[in-house]
Amino acid sequence: MAKETKTGKPLPAVPFLKLPEDGEPYLEGHKCKACGAVYLGERSVCAKCSARDQIEPTRLSDKGKLYAYSIVHRSFPGIEVPYVSAIVDLDGGGTVKGNLINVAADPAEIPFDMPVEVVYKDALGRKDKDGNSYVSYFFQPAG
Amino acid sequence: MSDVYIIGVDMIQFGRFPERNVANIGAEAALLALDDAGLSIQDMQALYCGNLGQANAMVGQRILQEIGQTGVPVVNCANACATGATAFREAWMSIKADVNDLVLAVGVEQMGKGLLGGGGGGKGIPKEGLLGSATMPAVFAEAGMEHARKYGTTFEQFAKVSVKNHHHSTMNPKAMYQIETPLDTVMNAEMISYPNTKLMCSVNVDGSAAAVLASEKKTKELGLMDRAVRVRASVLTSDPWQERDLVMPDVNTCTRNAAKQAYEMAGVGPEDIDLVELHDCFATAEILHYENLGLCKDGEAGRMIDEGATALGGKVPVNCSGGLLSKGHPLGATGIANIFEVSTHLRGNAGARQVDGAKIGLTHVIGLGSACAIHILEKAA
Ligand SMILES: [Zn+2]
Repeated sequence: MAKETKTGKPLPAVPFLKLPEDGEPYLEGHKCKACGAVYLGERSVCAKCSARDQIEPTRLSDKGKLYAYSIVHRSFPGIEVPYVSAIVDLDGGGTVKGNLINVAADPAEIPFDMPVEVVYKDALGRKDKDGNSYVSYFFQPAG
Repeated sequence: MSDVYIIGVDMIQFGRFPERNVANIGAEAALLALDDAGLSIQDMQALYCGNLGQANAMVGQRILQEIGQTGVPVVNCANACATGATAFREAWMSIKADVNDLVLAVGVEQMGKGLLGGGGGGKGIPKEGLLGSATMPAVFAEAGMEHARKYGTTFEQFAKVSVKNHHHSTMNPKAMYQIETPLDTVMNAEMISYPNTKLMCSVNVDGSAAAVLASEKKTKELGLMDRAVRVRASVLTSDPWQERDLVMPDVNTCTRNAAKQAYEMAGVGPEDIDLVELHDCFATAEILHYENLGLCKDGEAGRMIDEGATALGGKVPVNCSGGLLSKGHPLGATGIANIFEVSTHLRGNAGARQVDGAKIGLTHVIGLGSACAIHILEKAA
């Protein structure tokens, strides 16, 4: 449901991105207490071990390592290219996909296992049909 | 349980037919396969129809409206890029279960042009290009880069897959394209999603393929054993849980699981396979599947393409048809088109691209989501 943002506050681009009133943004995982599997988004049954009602929210790390990526040169109309589509294993569990920014779009400049950090910024100026702004997460080389 | 035989199989030349409808395209392959068996739709006890894009549109029944409404059971199935192979397998199972002894399987697709995947929908704002890419070229590029991180596989090695498959297609009159694409042409083509250039992405085309399947008793009764192809294994798997599932579809595990089961069912090993049609939806994917299917050891796929082992004339030719990269990839038809290709070699009818003395072949498709189907086929007589 698109929430009213009467205050004009931006909304999170995805439900697992949390924007606390009184704190820094973070990514939220859901972890199975029975087997340790980490999900993005709420659920009641574990897809790995089938345990029920064992899943609880967990704050994911803002640091991780680049697992795999592609440099995207052709996308849908209106989407700026090139950009790096990156798959990042976060420290302590959870794998997240997003744009890797502040790197050259050149495979020679993007080593596997590069340490990265999660940063939170406006969602490339994208707005929904009600004119709401959004915050998204991005990866950048850890500084 | 009876062995199951393919006694008629064919496909149309893949292409773009915007003026036709999906049932009409499917009907053409159905008639070709029936002709190949010397049978009529009146002889068929059931129709198993695979189509993805119009899965809610009763495509199988509409095919019968084109070629003969005999009132037999029709099953329509959709299973991503494993759709055609799944329809074939349902037909196979119905004979294995002794429900039928003579059935028709059809796979058909009418596609648009352009990028697949990443279309979005959903709430809020579009995510493509914001949270990485969900387009198919990017997803399979990332799968290829996972191989690169493990084994150092290079852009050039991935590109060589496309050179090979385009070369094979020059000998296949039913391929969408019959054009040689040298390595520099492939590598210098428009980069879509590194390391996949435009010539390393499968071609979106319309197409159809069909097979007539029969029990052993029926095959003998019809006197068709001399042209029959025996189905030694038919396996379908889905994707077991993997830790990166949520953001990175795993095309490897379900293929490995299916391959293991298929070799067991057939009582053969990878070393017994004379040719393979596998799911080269992108050039990166073919490299992964050499290892997934056990054609080489883990980490040796790059060397395999470098040495030409998977080219026609090599140790185990892969995608002699031109593959999805050049023959084209009409999603619902691909699984049965692969079965047509292998069957044609087993019957010794593959012309210039014939694998000499082919006795056993393997077909593989994988649809994201995921579904993997493998068939092992053998010349009957
Ligand atoms: Zn669990």
